[in-house]
Amino acid sequence: MKILVCISQVPDTTTKISFTPDGKALNSAGVTFIINPYDELALTKALELKEAAGSGSVTAITVGDASTEPNIRKALAIGADDAVRIDAQPLDAFQVASLIAEYARDKGFDLIFTGRESIDFNGGQVGGMIAELLDWPSVNVINSIVFNGNKATIERDIDGGREVVELETPMVVSAQKELTEPRIPNMRGIMAARTKPLAVLAPSNNELLTEVNTLTLPPAKGGCKFVDPSNVQELVNLLHNEAKII
Amino acid sequence: MRTDRFEAPDYYQLDELLTEEHKLIRDTVRQYVKRELSPIIEDYAQRATFPSHIIPGLAEVGSFGPALPVEYGCGGLDQISYGLIMQELERCDSGIRSTASVQGSLVMYPIYKYGSEEQRKKYLPKLAKGEWMGCFGLTEPDHGSNPGGMTTNFKDMGDHYLLNGAKMWISNAPFADVAVVWAKNEQGRIRGIIVERGMEGFSTPETHNKWSLRASATGELVFDNVKVPKENLLPNVEGLKGPLGCLDSARYGIAWGAIGAAMDCYDSALKYAMERQQFDRPIAGFQLQQKKLAEMLTEITKMQLLTWRLGVLKNEDRATTAQISMAKRNNVEKALWIAREARQIHGGMGITGEYPIMRHMMNLESVITYEGTHDIHLLITGHDITGISAFR
Ligand SMILES: Cc1cc2nc3c(=O)[nH]c(=O)nc-3n(C[C@H](O)[C@H](O)[C@H](O)COP(=O)(O)OP(=O)(O)OC[C@H]3O[C@@H](n4cnc5c(N)ncnc54)[C@H](O)[C@@H]3O)c2cc1C
Repeated sequence: MKILVCISQVPDTTTKISFTPDGKALNSAGVTFIINPYDELALTKALELKEAAGSGSVTAITVGDASTEPNIRKALAIGADDAVRIDAQPLDAFQVASLIAEYARDKGFDLIFTGRESIDFNGGQVGGMIAELLDWPSVNVINSIVFNGNKATIERDIDGGREVVELETPMVVSAQKELTEPRIPNMRGIMAARTKPLAVLAPSNNELLTEVNTLTLPPAKGGCKFVDPSNVQELVNLLHNEAKII
Repeated sequence: MRTDRFEAPDYYQLDELLTEEHKLIRDTVRQYVKRELSPIIEDYAQRATFPSHIIPGLAEVGSFGPALPVEYGCGGLDQISYGLIMQELERCDSGIRSTASVQGSLVMYPIYKYGSEEQRKKYLPKLAKGEWMGCFGLTEPDHGSNPGGMTTNFKDMGDHYLLNGAKMWISNAPFADVAVVWAKNEQGRIRGIIVERGMEGFSTPETHNKWSLRASATGELVFDNVKVPKENLLPNVEGLKGPLGCLDSARYGIAWGAIGAAMDCYDSALKYAMERQQFDRPIAGFQLQQKKLAEMLTEITKMQLLTWRLGVLKNEDRATTAQISMAKRNNVEKALWIAREARQIHGGMGITGEYPIMRHMMNLESVITYEGTHDIHLLITGHDITGISAFR
């Protein structure tokens, strides 16, 4: 089984977010970047599928500049066999999806794995777009995936229930929490990662479909106000005059 | 169960002094600790039990002899990587770090450094994997700071040695499969000898009722006419420099480990001070609490710089015993002081198992005593400065 896992890096969850002076990008000074947690799940599941199949390969791919390489090494340490970095600044979902689709088109992958979304911009679009560009089927936000030959049985949550679908490779799927427990690299993996191949490719094109105008922080959380249960009038007052929601 | 929200302070951007691989190793062990150890450590410490089920996991992340060569199943990593692993383990608990220190620096290191090729091949791969656990027997009931006075001894019986004596305060002893024991031969010279569990006359009674390092097992080694095969003698060292060489390696790891304990106390105290309200404001807003927090962070930053530099020297094989003594002494003392300050910031909560503070504080009382007491390390520095030994 030949699997491609899309890895993006995102600010560590404890980062205090601020923006560049023009308000169009994250101020990355002093920010620690980690592998997007959903991508880590995708990677772990990909390794499990390869191990279950008994053969195959897992390739990690990132669209990003050289600053992403520590996280790519981590993906290799976790167990990816090789890695590809497409040397471009990721600016929108279409750009990333088309660069990955272009790379993957003639490589004979059975499966492309993404996370359900990146936890920074939460777009959740790349996987679907890759599938569309390659004209492959895709299943989003999956809870489990089991292969029997080239046929996959996939479970996913739907409103108030669960859906089981079957489809054949090649396909694109996206990972979510329940899929597996992310794997921690071990020392042997970290040592092996030193010599695993990491190819850096020039972007085939760099077309964007969207542009960020401004980024703003959510309003600061106000304090909690307690209202005496007997004082309904005050509650109505506050909701009407202060919160302005009634 | 408390989730581990630990964030490491790095006030001087010292991460920039580390390689990407250093950070990957450190973050890996940190992630392992958060997932596997933090949720259980308090419970094991309260019950004074060593969590033996974690041994394979500790081995996987490279806790056992990471800086020894790959050909013996070890990591072949540098000294800073080793230090960072110790830091992260002690961030969890000094007892866990002790288990790893003993295995790597006090058991595997002497077998590698002073052992024969057969001994290396026989023991190191199994010890690196945690399939065998080891302990290090130097201290005796009547000889702690003065190990040269030891009375444990062995006699050459022709086809084997006959070992007699007793060791005390031995970490990992109750469950160890092998013991690196320092004993005198008939000429009164100190030699290292590998004793294996199951040898007749060898027993390892556990030391109970400790208020410190409760999640680490401590015991005695009792040798009552133990027949030890001759091939178990470490051939390549004689005299006190044998055990002292191991202690250099372990003390270096402790200097890093103490930073871990200190960072955990600081981080917990900072979070608590920001959240805890008294007089209608966070206690972090009061000058006295800020003084504590600011001084804690200052000391941690100094500790980090000291050990990083020591690590560079050690990588170049230039770190001296006296330099290692200074780092061990300084860092453990500061960590203990930070634990005490952090304990006060937590108020009454600081004495409970809800927070790691009291556990760290009690653990550090052992750490400041073992591997050379606080006093002895000062005297080592004094000796180094003046050329006059004040303790012998
Ligand atoms: C939890 C724990 C685990 C341990 N694990 C191990 C282990 O795995 N292997 C092992 O071999 N040992 C181990 N030890 C033993 C440890 O190394 C000794 O406790 C330590 O060396 C001190 O020896 P002592 O306890 O006999 O104290 P002593 O040597 O009796 O010291 C008592 C006090 O006198 C002071 N003192 C002694 N001599 C002088 C001097 N010349 N000048 C000034 N002051 C002096 C000391 O600083 C100390 O304050 C462990 C100890 C503990 C508590």
